[in-house]
Amino acid sequence: MLTYAINRAIQFALSLVVASVVIFALMSLLPGNAAQVALGTNATPEAVASLEAQYGLDRPPLIRYFDWMGGMLTGDFGTSYVTGAEITPVIVDSVQVTAILVIAAIAVSIVIAVPLGTFAALEQRNWIGVTISAISQVGIAIPNFLAAIILVIIFSLTLGWFPSQGWMAPIEGLGGFLLRLVLPVVSLALVQAAILTRYVRSAVLDVMREDYIRTARAKGLTKTKALFAHGLRNAAIPVITVAGVQLATLLVGAVIIEQIFVLPGIGSELVRAVANRDLVAVQGIVMVLVLLVLIINLIVDILVPIVDPRIRNAA
Amino acid sequence: MNPTPTGAQSPSDYVDPVALDATDTSASVKIGPGRSRRSGRRANASMIIGAGLVVLIVGLALISFVWTPYDPTTIDPAARLQSGSLTHPFGTDTFGRDTLTWVMVGARITLLVGVVAVGIALLIGTPIGIISAFFAKQPWGMWLDAVIMRANDILLAFPALLLAIIFAAVYSPGTGPAMVAVGIAAIPGFARVARSGTLQVLGSEYVRAARASNRRIPAIAVVHVLPNIAGMVIVQASVAFAISVLAEAGLSFLGLGTQAPTPSWGRMLQESQQYLSTHPELALWPGVFIALAVLGFNLLGDGLRDRFDPKMEARGA
Repeated sequence: MLTYAINRAIQFALSLVVASVVIFALMSLLPGNAAQVALGTNATPEAVASLEAQYGLDRPPLIRYFDWMGGMLTGDFGTSYVTGAEITPVIVDSVQVTAILVIAAIAVSIVIAVPLGTFAALEQRNWIGVTISAISQVGIAIPNFLAAIILVIIFSLTLGWFPSQGWMAPIEGLGGFLLRLVLPVVSLALVQAAILTRYVRSAVLDVMREDYIRTARAKGLTKTKALFAHGLRNAAIPVITVAGVQLATLLVGAVIIEQIFVLPGIGSELVRAVANRDLVAVQGIVMVLVLLVLIINLIVDILVPIVDPRIRNAA
Repeated sequence: MNPTPTGAQSPSDYVDPVALDATDTSASVKIGPGRSRRSGRRANASMIIGAGLVVLIVGLALISFVWTPYDPTTIDPAARLQSGSLTHPFGTDTFGRDTLTWVMVGARITLLVGVVAVGIALLIGTPIGIISAFFAKQPWGMWLDAVIMRANDILLAFPALLLAIIFAAVYSPGTGPAMVAVGIAAIPGFARVARSGTLQVLGSEYVRAARASNRRIPAIAVVHVLPNIAGMVIVQASVAFAISVLAEAGLSFLGLGTQAPTPSWGRMLQESQQYLSTHPELALWPGVFIALAVLGFNLLGDGLRDRFDPKMEARGA
């Protein structure tokens, strides 16, 4: 298990390095460099050259890469060519907002999907099970931004229960913080819950087919009791993997939700940086997002063998 | 997922533990006494509904080339922000443009992005997967397979929307970079499906026979592998199409995809936002059609999977 975890961590580090090279190459080596992009196509060559010199863009790419990498390792994401501001504090502040949003959304989606999916599996041949399956199929097709718009129309504009946009830090007021969090979190969670419900249903159905469940049933346990005593832990494994993938999807999906609800998250910063043609900020933010995706994958890969001794021993 | 049974099925109230044991998870085929062997091959409800929705969207796009209720570019201030009526069934937007016309013309971009993105991913990802599987079977090539699959995993850390935003930042925002980015992000899915399918085929008797009779590897790949993995690749294409519809809509919603004045559902939805309190129906139609397109391709993929999945065939036989 320990060797497996170490192997996996090495793989993570390698992936991170390769991903950073890819991001750097995309941003720095493609036609038109950052200075040109920041100043626009009408800028004089002299202006571009002076900005390049100011930020060291005239150095060879390899040195710039190591400079960027070294900076990030010490927590310095560099300075924006467009605004001249430090990028690190912006990332640190905004990533917290996004983390709250995404973690709350995955929690809500698990709370909805696990009971619903289990129920749909147990009642598979019943109209309730069929209805749950059908609703989840439709739910998957609704993009989170559409869900957000529908929720805003109903709960904000019509009923007036929740504000339609804005953010309040928890320190400024816990009530206001929670009230503003409801609609964004639910818009993100609903779609993911629909997807997760299908996986939970399918995982539970798979488990219900196993010999040990049949044995438990033969001993006289009801379907539900057999599932709770022997099945849930086994059904959890594919669900953990999917939830991990979803967490990564949510992180990127949050970009749009933050725009709709005007939340100061990392997605809003990314869109602003793209709109300002601020490539250094884009590069840093994308690196952070990819880092988070890779961390989530690492955690899932290490969590699965912990839950399942069979995989642990095989590894 | 398709709740309706397709084949001959067991009496509905009778739940035999053995039959339960054989019930498939992804499930349209109920296996019980008297189930016909080939029932899994028939078209099922998922496929029919999915195909119907896809035909509807494609039909709208095709019709829009020859006929639309109004000219999409005509601005009519007198008719702005109308609700649905006989003259404008879906209403009009803030410039008095007919929403139905825009929905029809918007279908073009949705399909264009899907076709190009899925085409890129399919044409690059499938060969990568097949080649990787051939390497995996050679003692000298296993490390190459490992390298290709690791590269695949790293690409997976860049979801479609993120990659498209990066492309919009480096190049200028537009439909072109969006299609390419979504296509590249979809490559790993095809590579994985093709690789696992190829590995299965390579382990079969007929491939061993072909090898024994000195067939070259490229010939084996074309004659034996491709036809056998085609089903799985088509399923993947359908799923990837649904993802690309979502990515394009999301990107255009952010203003980083299709640019004005080209009609696109994502941008219609974004433009509707400022009129939500007074004209919520402006968000309704583009939203409904995005959802229908995604639902259609997802259902089609589900239905096709029921037909093609070798695991299900093995179970059915």
